[in-house]
Amino acid sequence: MEYILIKTLEAMATFVLAFIVGMTYGGVVRKITGRAHNRLGPPWYQNFIDAFKLLSKTRGIHHGAMHFLGAAFLMVTSVVSLMIIPVLAPGGDAWYNSWFTNMNFNGDLIFLIYIMTFGPLGMAMGAGQTGNPNSSIGVTRGLSQMVGFEIPWVMALVALMITYKTTSVVDFMNIQRETGTWLMFANPFAFIAAVLAMLGMFRYSPFDIVGAPTELASGPVSENGGKFLFTMMSSGSVFTFAKLVLYVDLFMGGANNLVMLVVKTFLLYMIPVLYGIVSPRYRTEQAVRWFWGWPTFIGLLAILYAVIF
Amino acid sequence: MYNDKNSKKIVETIQNWARSHSVWVLAYGTGCGAIEIAPTMTSRYDAERLGFRGAATPRQADVMLITGYLTVKTVKRVVRVYEQMQSPKYVVGFGSCTINGGMYYDSYNTINLLDRYLPVDVYINGCMPRPEAVIAGLAKLQQIIREGKANGAEKYLENLEWYKENQRKIAPNWIAKAPDLNW
Repeated sequence: MEYILIKTLEAMATFVLAFIVGMTYGGVVRKITGRAHNRLGPPWYQNFIDAFKLLSKTRGIHHGAMHFLGAAFLMVTSVVSLMIIPVLAPGGDAWYNSWFTNMNFNGDLIFLIYIMTFGPLGMAMGAGQTGNPNSSIGVTRGLSQMVGFEIPWVMALVALMITYKTTSVVDFMNIQRETGTWLMFANPFAFIAAVLAMLGMFRYSPFDIVGAPTELASGPVSENGGKFLFTMMSSGSVFTFAKLVLYVDLFMGGANNLVMLVVKTFLLYMIPVLYGIVSPRYRTEQAVRWFWGWPTFIGLLAILYAVIF
Repeated sequence: MYNDKNSKKIVETIQNWARSHSVWVLAYGTGCGAIEIAPTMTSRYDAERLGFRGAATPRQADVMLITGYLTVKTVKRVVRVYEQMQSPKYVVGFGSCTINGGMYYDSYNTINLLDRYLPVDVYINGCMPRPEAVIAGLAKLQQIIREGKANGAEKYLENLEWYKENQRKIAPNWIAKAPDLNW
């Protein structure tokens, strides 16, 4: 009983950490975008104010039961992937390290590949119920884009699985600690393919074709205001953090303490953000063609590298 | 404890502070005033540093900017958009046209006073108002939100009959199933 209680508290600590860091990253990204536009930009805590304002809206209409499922699926996706991914390395030196390794098990990488596509599917159902044409177009674009970036992403993961004969994220972290080499250097092709897939995963320009504000009026979320939008915004932030942590765990050896975690995830997060600031937007078919070009080829190279060496 | 009058007041104060510092703007570009929105939002005047941000759809927006004259045809759409927004919601009348018709004061198909059709919280006068004036108006809006006086949505619901009657006058065969606040 006590064990379960402690586990629950640890899970809540992980969630609070992910929420705070994710929302702060959102605000910092807005600030950086503002500075790149030669503006002052909003303060870094602007996202917290926005979230609180959305939460304190007094009216929020819905379009039927399925509409709730969109927000609920997103929430489930982000929380479950956060719980599966070990946030800090289990054998690290900090005293709080055991708090943040929650429910990982052998084979969690395969489960993560599945669960990370779960949110967009739920969003598709929720957006379909709202009856807004922009939502339907946005969902179609989002699923097409997912078909694009999933292929190099899965190829990169399969290359790692072939090399080290394991599907557990903790095992990958242990291997990197024992050999002393990060996997981004051990199999560089896999890392490059994963980073190129990451550009589509985080949906910044040029791959912001799902929410395209001027084109689709924010796409799948266009009928959601108030508390619905708060749920989507906060679970989006948590999910962003979870994905960054997964990348850090797999390719950069995980993090031993919270400072290293924030440094590594922030550096990684800057790749799609800074590339996005200077890029215009692709059309859907251009995006898919881009993902099935060089990223897939490099993913193939990664698998060959894993098989041959 | 939550229903206690004083704690309610504290919660309300915090909420109003958040509302005033996070205002998502739906710029309804009806007239020439929409041209002043771009410099207000971009690098020279940068309204985002004060918490203003463009909203893509009415469901997500807090404040609607009516930028210029409204023809009889557009009033229908504006009313529909306003009713789609989630309260608390605010309206800013932009330019002389929303106050007294401006240069279209004797036109046969524009309305002269926006306040008869929608509850306006802040007017920004001028033809055109410069971005400085726009930011001053938005700062005024922030101030009245913070004081809890920006209750246009409640006013609209209380006097719904009066507003609907005025709307019906200019578009007689339009609102068949009004009031429909859900759309």
